Amino acid sequence: MTTVIRVSDVSKKFSLNANKSLKERLVNARSTQQHKTEFWALRNIDLEIASGTSLGLIGHNGSGKSTLLKVIGGILSPTEGLVERRGRLAALLELGAGFHGDLTGRENVYLNASILGLSRADTDKYFDAIVDFSGIEEFLDTQVKFYSSGMYVRLAFAVAVHVDPEILLIDEVLSVGDEAFQRKCLEKIRSFMREGRTIVFVTHALDLVRDLCARAVLLDHGVMQYDGAPTQAIRMIRDTWNEAAEVEAEAAAARAESAPAGAPTYTPMRISDVVITDGDGNPKDTFKPGDRFGVECTVTSDKRVSDWAVGIKIENHMDQNCYASNTHLMNLELDPIEGSRRVAFSYGSIPLVDGGYHVSLAAHGVNGPHYARVARIKNFKIVDSEWQDGLVRMPAQVEVRPVETPSLTVR
Amino acid sequence: MATSSTHTRGSGGELPASFLEDAPQTRVEAVEALPMERVNPPRAFFRGALSDVGDILKFRELLNQLVRKELKVKYKDSVLGFFWTLVRPMTQLIIYYLAFTIFLGNQQPAYAIFIFSGLVVWGLFTDIVGGCTGSIVGNGGLLKKTYFPREIFPLAVVGAALVNFLLQMVVLFAAIGVTAVFTENSVVLSSDLALVPLALLVCLIWGLALGLFLAAATVYFRDLQHLIEIVLLALFWLVPIVYPVVLPINNFAKTGHDFLLQVYLANPMLNVVAAFQRAFYTMAPQYTFGGNLWGRLAVLALIGLGVLWLAQRYFARAQGDFAQEL
Repeated sequence: MTTVIRVSDVSKKFSLNANKSLKERLVNARSTQQHKTEFWALRNIDLEIASGTSLGLIGHNGSGKSTLLKVIGGILSPTEGLVERRGRLAALLELGAGFHGDLTGRENVYLNASILGLSRADTDKYFDAIVDFSGIEEFLDTQVKFYSSGMYVRLAFAVAVHVDPEILLIDEVLSVGDEAFQRKCLEKIRSFMREGRTIVFVTHALDLVRDLCARAVLLDHGVMQYDGAPTQAIRMIRDTWNEAAEVEAEAAAARAESAPAGAPTYTPMRISDVVITDGDGNPKDTFKPGDRFGVECTVTSDKRVSDWAVGIKIENHMDQNCYASNTHLMNLELDPIEGSRRVAFSYGSIPLVDGGYHVSLAAHGVNGPHYARVARIKNFKIVDSEWQDGLVRMPAQVEVRPVETPSLTVR
Repeated sequence: MATSSTHTRGSGGELPASFLEDAPQTRVEAVEALPMERVNPPRAFFRGALSDVGDILKFRELLNQLVRKELKVKYKDSVLGFFWTLVRPMTQLIIYYLAFTIFLGNQQPAYAIFIFSGLVVWGLFTDIVGGCTGSIVGNGGLLKKTYFPREIFPLAVVGAALVNFLLQMVVLFAAIGVTAVFTENSVVLSSDLALVPLALLVCLIWGLALGLFLAAATVYFRDLQHLIEIVLLALFWLVPIVYPVVLPINNFAKTGHDFLLQVYLANPMLNVVAAFQRAFYTMAPQYTFGGNLWGRLAVLALIGLGVLWLAQRYFARAQGDFAQEL
């Protein structure tokens, strides 16, 4: 397999020095020297990308993904190290791929194609296909500054994929288009991969990475953390998210604990001592799909509340609600509460897909002002040997049968 | 971290292999045949200019597109459109004509032609220098998203300025024609017309050299955009456009400031303007520069090439950081 992109020991330093005008420089002459902060957006990155690879670059905001993409694209030059490439490169960076707002869509297609190194005659050849793919014929002679962001991306993507590039760089742009167009783009990207072209993605849509990419690179603060299978990279980035969520949860718990001191009178209920269990009261935080699962907490009410309910919610790392219910919905009549009660939910099986999850709890009077809620108080993880998309883990049985050809019977 | 990445690397590599099974072999071979090229290679300070010129030539089509863009965008949405290109020099012409002939009582024959022949080429120079200064900062949108030799932006400004210049030349020729037909002033086709291409070349070389330097410097020092307007305004009066060059020459000679006179005459744009006046203002040759313009322009062109080369090297050094500075 041929290497099409080689990134050798690339580092990129940015200096944050905002003073550009004469006045600012004179006024802050001394402080600019002192406050000249430098940071490394990329640190010793080594990458070899073979032709036909689709590579996903993932990481948190500010991890250097976009910088790396720009260095590969030649838009930024690395401070150290070098980048080598083969063949024509088309880049879709952030919004738009170098359009000029005052020019019409048509003019911008020609401008953009010439930036990618196409002659006018070549562009003429591709023009109809580009317009067709973008689906914005009627706005072709409108200045692009009047375009919606979706139209902008449509046109930019159409140009980028129709100029026959060997390498395509995409930075978080597809999320702008509507679903139909996104599907169209993904279809195009897949066919690109089949044709042996190389695609480098930057995205926060991890499902997309798992779907499309054969390889993923995880960056963190400019350092390459992982290079390999997308599933593993995604797991690692989710772990770091969970760590952040853990901190958040601790803070939430601390708030809940300290609440009684100055708590207003309309929330006389409290939730404390939340534990995620294996369904039998033993603390546990990592599960396999189908494991028994439980959540326990202590609800305290200073006043007597006769009609009360406890709610539970499980969200995944994308803040999608995976499960939510409460004792009222379960048609459970709870005995009146005064003082503390231990409440335990238990489930025979947890049918969720691989990932990190957060548990939120709430207690309230069904017809009253009494209320307590602790959001994302605890986290747990599901680790699965098999990747499934979506929310719910459904074990499947697959059977392949020969199709019986209907026998012709003469009546 | 390192161990986990090495043992999982294999599982990641399996997928593309399956993708490639049905990939057309020709494309893979075609890619293999392409040379592995270094992105933004560092270039030797002295010899790098040549390869940069080669890169720019590869993007001729883009240059063409950008020149069109410059011309289109400038007067887009305006009712009179391209006509505005002519309005500014015409207004200048009328103001100077009124001020000098009516208010100051200038007796120079066909004075309008005299002013205009200097004004067209001065206009070209200011368009280039002024336009180039903001060309990198003003095109940040394109610059941050795509890569191509950044010199294309200043060059596109030069191209657009040349188109405007040619239009104004048409007006100048028309004006000379009118003068020849309707007044008793004589219009002579002299060998001095041959000075025009050389003078134009000197104007372009110096304009582009200053333009390249200013375009790159403005990225780091935004005040230059405003500063340069004022400098150009002052420079206008150092060049004999509205007054005949013989006046300062006589005055310097009278006061004995011979060195100052040589400094004054060394200005490249003075020589360019003088050449244009000698070529087009044939009504009263005693008002135009009498020196050896061929020699002077040739020397200025050579020095200008050196300056242009230095400016390009500065630009090439600076351009790597444009995208992050904007």
